[in-house]
Amino acid sequence: MSSPIKFLAQKHRKQTAIIAVIGSIYLLSSWILNFDSFSGFTAVPRAFNWLGVNFFPTSASVELLPQIWKKLIETVALAVSSTVVAAIIALFVAILGSKATGINGYVHVVVRGIASFFRNIPLVAWAMILLFSFKQSDFTGFLALLLMTVGYLIRAFMEIIEDEASETMMALKATGASYFQVIFQAVLPQIMPSLISWVLYMIENNVRDATLVGILTGTGIGFVFDLYFKSFRFDAVGMTILAIIIVVITLEVLSNQIRKVIL
Amino acid sequence: MLEVKHLTKSYQKDRPALTDITFSVEPGNFLAIIGPSGAGKTTILRSLNQLIRDDHGQILLDGSDIRSDNKAQLRKHRRQIGMVFQNYNLVERLTVIENVLHGRLGYKSTFAGMFGIYSEDEKKEALDLLDKVGLKDFALQRCSELSGGQKQRVGIARSLIQHPKVILCDEPIASLDPASSHTVMQLLKDLTVEFNIICVANLHQIDLAKKYADRIVGIRQGKLVFDEESDMLSEEILETLYDQTTSKELK
Ligand SMILES: Nc1ncnc2c1ncn2[C@@H]1O[C@H](COP(=O)(O)OP(=O)(O)O)[C@@H](O)[C@H]1O
Ligand SMILES: [Mg+2]
Repeated sequence: MSSPIKFLAQKHRKQTAIIAVIGSIYLLSSWILNFDSFSGFTAVPRAFNWLGVNFFPTSASVELLPQIWKKLIETVALAVSSTVVAAIIALFVAILGSKATGINGYVHVVVRGIASFFRNIPLVAWAMILLFSFKQSDFTGFLALLLMTVGYLIRAFMEIIEDEASETMMALKATGASYFQVIFQAVLPQIMPSLISWVLYMIENNVRDATLVGILTGTGIGFVFDLYFKSFRFDAVGMTILAIIIVVITLEVLSNQIRKVIL
Repeated sequence: MLEVKHLTKSYQKDRPALTDITFSVEPGNFLAIIGPSGAGKTTILRSLNQLIRDDHGQILLDGSDIRSDNKAQLRKHRRQIGMVFQNYNLVERLTVIENVLHGRLGYKSTFAGMFGIYSEDEKKEALDLLDKVGLKDFALQRCSELSGGQKQRVGIARSLIQHPKVILCDEPIASLDPASSHTVMQLLKDLTVEFNIICVANLHQIDLAKKYADRIVGIRQGKLVFDEESDMLSEEILETLYDQTTSKELK
């Protein structure tokens, strides 16, 4: 038997070894990428300096605010609507697929597989694939966000149902309640706070992602960003970024407030 | 009367969780099931309302076998069997009275149950039962705001509104402090007599089992090792329950 002292010494050696391994992985990857750490780091302040000078919004770019604002609202609306529709679909599928409320083990595995498929295709890839069928339009962006969000939410909702509703479900089943009674009276009220919390989180994320998708689909704030960028109006680009940051932070603060109230 | 005959269950092949369990309980009686953890107490209790499907045997409630029920019959049987859980298993976000009314779901149409539409009589009865378990002033409080002992009493009220013939309690006081434990046990005992119901409770505190139960059944490794009046339970009998397992653990 190894004594506790020996065990602790071994643990110490293990930790040192792990740090050494991580260090070597970093060095190896820098070497592969031809990335000189030292000049890499000194370049950072210079890059920020350049950004600060060129992207600083001027009085001319302030005049663009109404247009930026209009497109930004479009983008937020796209993110919110795609997330809400995704949440409704995902809830339905998660109930059919979760171990606690689902049909059976096979359906569970299939649903998990489908969710993983939608989730693991990068958003940009979704958008480019959908561009073939739906051209540059808001609908393409909507669908791309929807598919990815459905993938995330199905998995999250299934886990929430299994973790948070299994026990109360059992209690209601034991009273003689029927399947739909159990879903409506136990599962839905029980999971509602976590469910809303996830939807809010996805909306926050999707506002950022919708900007990116907009560059590809030529809609919303992404389009404006792309337009200014390609016409070298960097001050306007800076203004656009600033507006996006303000909206994203506002949404984050807002959804944290909502979370505090519902939890 | 509740009669359990030759109940047998294994979760995995060749590893029986229950072997040939036979006992019966009359209305107005409190039966405690004791035994080391992993002995099979939960499996017995959940078989009694078929939350777990056992392999062989009979479970007769007033002569009719629950095990041969179809879905609709099982639902009718289940509403006559209340269940109380170690972790209360309430819908924490709903109010106390809504949780009590859940006990009526087995009697309602699917639609009325789904949307929680209850009759005036049902609501009045829920309030009366809350009064009985000492929670009259808590009807509109959210369950998440209650203490453990209070939650368990909501659970008991939920089972009583089912108008049950049987109440099954799986470690009803395992998460409670000593004072609340006694309150809950006393309540269960009093209600058993008052409503002339059968109460079956899994317990691991032998002193409490002796104090509140009429009869005690001992389970070890899925087998029934004794079935005694609680006054008659001697130290020698209790040793048959724990002796071997403890000595095995010490080895
Ligand atoms: N779902 C399950 N799958 C496999 N084995 C189980 C399951 N539930 C319980 N068991 C096993 O059955 C035996 C009895 O368990 P249980 O009835 O929970 O005992 P107790 O309630 O007395 O602690 C234990 O050995 C346990 O490991
Ligand atoms: Mg148990």
